[in-house]
Amino acid sequence: MSGHHHESYLAPRETLWKSIMAWVYTLDHKRIGVMYLIATTFAFLLAGVFALLVRAELWEPTRTIVDEATNQTRVVGQFLPGWTERGLPVTPNNAYNRAFTLHGAIMVFLFIIPAVPAALGNIFLPIMLGAKDVAFPRLNLLSWYTYVFGGLFAVWSLASGGAETGWTFYTPYSSTTNWGSTTAMVLAAFILGFSSIFTGINFVATVHKLRVPGMGWFDMPLFAWAIYATAIIQVLATPVLGITLLLLVLERTLRIGIFDPAMGGDPVLFQHFFWFYSHPAVYIMILPGMGIASELIAVHCHKKIFGYRAIAFSSIAIAAISFLVWAHHMFTAQTAAFNAVFSALTFLVAIPTAIKVFNWISTMYKASIALNTPMLYAMSFLFCFTIGGLTGPPLATLAVDIHLHDTYFVVAHFHYVMMGGTVMAFLGGLHHWWPKMFGKMYNEFWGRVGAVLVFIGFNVTFFIQFFMGTQGMPRRYATYVEEFTSFHKISTVGSWILFLGFLIHALVFAHSLVAGRAAPKNPWGGLTFEWEADSPPVEHNFDHEPVITHGPYDFESVVPPHCSEQDFPLHPAAQNGRAHGH
Amino acid sequence: MSTAAARKPMIDMDLPPHARHVPATHWRNAKDEAEAAKLGMWLFLATEILLFAGFFCAYSAFRLYYPGNWHAASSYYLSWKIGFANTVVLLASSFTIVMAIRGAQTNRQWMIQLNLFLTQLCAAFFLVVKLVWEYWPKIQEGKLPGGFFTYAHSQGPHDHIFLSIYWIATATHGLHVFVGMIVIGWAMWMAARRHYGPKHYTSLENIGLYWHIVDIIWIFLFPLLYLV
Repeated sequence: MSGHHHESYLAPRETLWKSIMAWVYTLDHKRIGVMYLIATTFAFLLAGVFALLVRAELWEPTRTIVDEATNQTRVVGQFLPGWTERGLPVTPNNAYNRAFTLHGAIMVFLFIIPAVPAALGNIFLPIMLGAKDVAFPRLNLLSWYTYVFGGLFAVWSLASGGAETGWTFYTPYSSTTNWGSTTAMVLAAFILGFSSIFTGINFVATVHKLRVPGMGWFDMPLFAWAIYATAIIQVLATPVLGITLLLLVLERTLRIGIFDPAMGGDPVLFQHFFWFYSHPAVYIMILPGMGIASELIAVHCHKKIFGYRAIAFSSIAIAAISFLVWAHHMFTAQTAAFNAVFSALTFLVAIPTAIKVFNWISTMYKASIALNTPMLYAMSFLFCFTIGGLTGPPLATLAVDIHLHDTYFVVAHFHYVMMGGTVMAFLGGLHHWWPKMFGKMYNEFWGRVGAVLVFIGFNVTFFIQFFMGTQGMPRRYATYVEEFTSFHKISTVGSWILFLGFLIHALVFAHSLVAGRAAPKNPWGGLTFEWEADSPPVEHNFDHEPVITHGPYDFESVVPPHCSEQDFPLHPAAQNGRAHGH
Repeated sequence: MSTAAARKPMIDMDLPPHARHVPATHWRNAKDEAEAAKLGMWLFLATEILLFAGFFCAYSAFRLYYPGNWHAASSYYLSWKIGFANTVVLLASSFTIVMAIRGAQTNRQWMIQLNLFLTQLCAAFFLVVKLVWEYWPKIQEGKLPGGFFTYAHSQGPHDHIFLSIYWIATATHGLHVFVGMIVIGWAMWMAARRHYGPKHYTSLENIGLYWHIVDIIWIFLFPLLYLV
């Protein structure tokens, strides 16, 4: 009867029905995190398919998968009958617009915003703080159901014609095109915003009120700092997106006219509203990735993180500055003085970002680096994110931005930060915490193969796009001049390598769940609380409330919990201990 | 039977419900639980302010674009007397809900129930005035937002934009008043079960905070739409 409090949180109940209901009504943050993990992975697959379609379409300068001669979609349309049945003309260009819009909207709103905080953050934030659960478990479950509800709207939109506005829903295009399906996608993003707010409120309260007694702010793992900064942005920026999208829905349904120039409205007002949320939102996407990177690098280098406070404060600085840069998306539509201010503010973001990068590299300096899959991903993250970061200042520079605006340079910059940054960190974190989440080890060799393929595939796909952009290839076009053919072909081949990498990861994880060997409590020699818990943890995480005896990164003085010195011969504490012993 | 139940302290069933409150298992003590609930509420209120900030930004933008038209539309379409009556009623309701919380703190159950009832009455008055004396006549005369604007005697070229902002801002606010009535109704039900007392009134206090924010938003909407 009482058993399940001391069993794995994944343990099934007495009957199948009770097991299912235990998941449906669960208030356990770990189960909710796993449900988020499954849902966001599904969204990632869906949006990934559209990315592959977009890349396939760009293989040739003219039509590849949508046929101009018959004016019909050949591949995309076959799977989505709703796209042609609405009585609206579906030109190949429309079909292409829909493919990249669905890729963008689903990736942003259904995958990358919730993936790290709501999946990995949900599972590990309370454990890292030594808590039994998040502050508001019921709100946490509500957040997941809200996410699924919003996701259903997105799927409905997809099946009933899709949206073709791009994930930014710019007016007046978004307020005048293709009735029902754009509204459904906008509503999806609106509802998903509530899910994000619930998660944010929960995490802020958790960090404030559920740290184990004795754990001060600067005793928290850096992942918790990053999730905290993220949660603040989620709470303070998402409502503005909510009202923006609500106004857009009202514009489409009640024709309120405030974004419609024909009625005296202002379409650029929409852009201000939208970016006031969505620029902070890109930091919602990257900050948790930075938090994961801090954990991965410290643990797999077995070294005290360099500049703990600088990393922690730079997270908060990024969160603060993120609210002051939104108008740099409209450099081509504003007065010079206004632009100059936002250009300067945008450059400021580079400072805390660079602080983090230098601290991570300094941590690796002279460390005993274990090149596990998570560490490979941490290094991929550093490499790609640095490129993504350094291509930001050219875009913040007014004169250069006028040339690069709306070109593939922007596409490449965005993907280097979002995919090269967040997705790499997410995959690293997934491998890092996989043994803890599911109690099974994954195959390290094939994990590394997948990581290397993803790294190569990603760079082949996107590095070339910087050159395309500077040469003048505009984004969001299904056709292009022949000079760009070889560029696009290289990029498309890269997308296939990426796909292969992801496929290998999927197989490795599936194999791990079915046949992986049981994971030890602390496979990597980490010092934070999650490595003191069982793998997988019990229902309330710990049999006894953990006691804080050392900092999260005191590798030089502490032998990691559940580890002997033989487990980690290169571990600084083990070496010190041995030297002392002799 | 269950270890979780065994760990909980024994509850004296002779005590009133509010004195029997035990924090949820993941909390270390009742104080942390109550403080977290209040922190969560404040964060939620921040989101509410930012949500309405969108309306205020749109309002400012169009006021800058069309200052004369905007100014004239305000007095032409809206009656400050109706707005003022609603302002007074909402302010009064903010006072009564505070008195309900005071009732909980001093353990006077009649005071909680009476004041919650008065608050509910004020909220209902506000919505009835809004619907019957503002919305209904406007719908009949075609003083509607944006593309639905059909009023024959418009006084400026951008009246429909003013009415768009008026309708969506006040309707969203009215929806918040309605949601407030639901949660205050829930609080009345809890109060009837003697759920609130000197040591346990967090949810009542949080509902009070929410009610104040609904009130404060109206305090901004009233002068911006009706007076200036």
